[in-house]
Amino acid sequence: MDVLELARWQFGITTVYHFLMVPLTIGLSVLVAGMQTAWVRTGNERYFKMTKFWGKLLLVNFAMGVVTGIVQEFQFGMTWSAYSRFVGDVFGAPLAMEGLVAFFVESTFLGLWIFGWDRLPKRVHLACAWAFALATMASAYFILAANSWMQHPVGVEFVNGKPTMNSIFAVLGNNTALAAIPHTLAGAFSVAAAFLVGVAGWHLWRRRSASDSDAGVHRDVWRASLRLGAWVGIAAFAVLAITGDTQGKLMFQQQPMKMASAEALCHTEKPASFSILAIGDVAGANCEDVKTFTVPALLSFLAHNDFSTEVPGVENLIGQYQAKYGTNYPNDPDLGPLAGKPIDYVPNLPVTYWGFRAMIGFGAIGAGIGLLALWLTRRGRIPSGRLFPLLLVAGIATPFIGNSAGWIFTEMGRQPFVVAPNPTGVEGMWMFTAQAVSKLSVGEVWTSLISLTVLYLGLGVVELFLMRKYVRGGIEGVLPPPAHGGEAGSDDKLSFAY
Amino acid sequence: MTLQLVWFGIIALFWLGYLFLEGFDFGVGMLLPVLGRDNTERRVMVNTIGPVWDGNEVWLIVAAGATFAAFPDWYATLFSGAYLPLLLVLLALIGRGVAFEYRGKVDSERWRRTWDRVLMVGSWIPPLGVGLLLATTVLGLPLDTTGNRVGSPFEAVRWDTLLGALAVVGFSLVHGAAFLALKTSGAVRERARALALRLLPVALLPMVAFLIVVQVRAGQVWTLVALVVSVVAAIVAWLRLRADRDGQAFAALGVVIAAAAVTMFGALYPNVLPSTGDPANSLTIAQAAASPYALKVITWVAAFGAPAVLVYQGWTYWVFRKRIGVQHIPAVHAP
Repeated sequence: MDVLELARWQFGITTVYHFLMVPLTIGLSVLVAGMQTAWVRTGNERYFKMTKFWGKLLLVNFAMGVVTGIVQEFQFGMTWSAYSRFVGDVFGAPLAMEGLVAFFVESTFLGLWIFGWDRLPKRVHLACAWAFALATMASAYFILAANSWMQHPVGVEFVNGKPTMNSIFAVLGNNTALAAIPHTLAGAFSVAAAFLVGVAGWHLWRRRSASDSDAGVHRDVWRASLRLGAWVGIAAFAVLAITGDTQGKLMFQQQPMKMASAEALCHTEKPASFSILAIGDVAGANCEDVKTFTVPALLSFLAHNDFSTEVPGVENLIGQYQAKYGTNYPNDPDLGPLAGKPIDYVPNLPVTYWGFRAMIGFGAIGAGIGLLALWLTRRGRIPSGRLFPLLLVAGIATPFIGNSAGWIFTEMGRQPFVVAPNPTGVEGMWMFTAQAVSKLSVGEVWTSLISLTVLYLGLGVVELFLMRKYVRGGIEGVLPPPAHGGEAGSDDKLSFAY
Repeated sequence: MTLQLVWFGIIALFWLGYLFLEGFDFGVGMLLPVLGRDNTERRVMVNTIGPVWDGNEVWLIVAAGATFAAFPDWYATLFSGAYLPLLLVLLALIGRGVAFEYRGKVDSERWRRTWDRVLMVGSWIPPLGVGLLLATTVLGLPLDTTGNRVGSPFEAVRWDTLLGALAVVGFSLVHGAAFLALKTSGAVRERARALALRLLPVALLPMVAFLIVVQVRAGQVWTLVALVVSVVAAIVAWLRLRADRDGQAFAALGVVIAAAAVTMFGALYPNVLPSTGDPANSLTIAQAAASPYALKVITWVAAFGAPAVLVYQGWTYWVFRKRIGVQHIPAVHAP
């Protein structure tokens, strides 16, 4: 493999891995802040226990999110230095803002929240939880603004052959970003929701028998968590569907090839039907061999809100792309084996086609499980069958898979561009992925790819082990051990210490 | 030109903030097995930096992010040019970050020992790598006309950059010991103070040597003044430690690193990354800077964001200002 391919694998692996932690952190931080608010307002112990338990799992997870996030930021300069040079004028700003405005707040107030339980007045401590939660969402906003610019560059002009920012408001208010943000945040909430439903459902089921000594004590905690998670999950899916539709319509205008690939739509259709599933190789040379189960005219509706509009297919788009963006790569020795070669404008079809379906399918399953959980636990019921906990615990994975599939689809669907051209923007404002990579030796990138992957795998195992341990430990595992009465100086102890 | 210069200064300040703040929490991690005789003492040490290390680390992220935004070419050339050293820093920071969070999560001696080791190694390597990186940007890399590194992946590893690496390691070590003397009580404090006293004259030698190399190669009159300030502050720090004034010693060490940063970035000016081959290929502030508009945007952000950071991070240190001793450490509790 050459540097380009290795660098792409590395970016893909580190990004997907990072994005396993991030949505859980975003969703849980807001939910935990909400639980703590409920506790401060009502004084109900149940909410205190919820805050402590879910807060602890948030922390185990947040540590991993932070450390893998540093890799993401450094990687642009390390592995994609040509990209950094080319777009730094506009792409660097939202990244710097994320650090200065959001990430500083996040990490400082998280420290205050973890260690401040006995040091800060109740309301100030609660304010720290909210500062942290809001900052995680602000982080998401800046990062998505940066990513959306790569999908749809706006607010730039060429000055001396380099893209130069001329409006930060255009960059931060990019319609691609404004659609991506609620979609991604809803994805984050669906992850946290499924996590609540799965973990709380399992505890509820395990403690269903009244002979369990503390069943009565904590049952209300698990019940409240499960129902909160289920409602949040259902609401999040509604937002996902609506914003996903908005994003789709934008994508038909901004990146028609990505949407055609999502559908593996070979030829232009009028009206175009929406493919639900396909049998056969969607990337095959002859797409007549692929059988797909379709809903007539639905794709036209998704693209343009009516049932008859023409939707261009992959084969027809290739010609348009070649006319607009060239047929061959520049004859630049820096491009290595790709120099002067024809440009392949079709993204990896199996990945885009199935990624798109996995995103929607797993998202829907997650919401469906939430709905089912609500029904099964109505009016204080707890199902006794083994299927109930199994289903809910397995359900935890579904929004994770949906999120990852969504990201893989949206990033791979943009190829061969790293900055996709804006059809109505500045002429020539795009960059091929092949031009973006650093001048490194293959050995350097192999070293980083292998060492990062091995470390990530090892830490993934540790994190899963710890999450499982704390999940099983339940409420008792996160509350301080009962104080032995009369012990001298016990009130001098820190209420939380590493 | 003015905004470019302002951002050169701001980035120098971010690096200074990082060296000063994470410097001491690296030091605490480096000294974990030396000063902590048992698990409770080690927990005392870890908890002196527990609430703040994460916020300190953001200074690195912001230093890198600001470089990306204000000087894209500097960021691109330096980070790809020193690829392997930076990778090592990243791997170490990953291990260190999770070690804080994980070490107390299982009540087992073996588990804690493992994470203590990760924490220690993860505290030695990053100052080494960051020192190497900063020394590289001050002393240069062989560059071609497009701003890419020529030569082997190890061009950033030379005796002069290694001296810079040792300088940051030595400073972190002393700074961490002084911080522990300031923030702990009882036996840990006594040991930390004694160690800081013994360590300081030796551990700060690489920094002085490195600054002299920098001064000789590219110094000005005023960077020489800063160098002298740095050395004087080091002597003051030692005297204050001996006088049992931990707070003043810690502050004096802050002056050491601040003056050292002035010497380094002063000698670097007007370059951001000199070329050790053809000097015509050196990256200057003017060449590497982003457009005036982009600089204006991030100046507004920094004008509001940076003072706020100082206020709320300062408040954090105020909230957790008490010294910690073994008597404050709660019983181990894990499910």
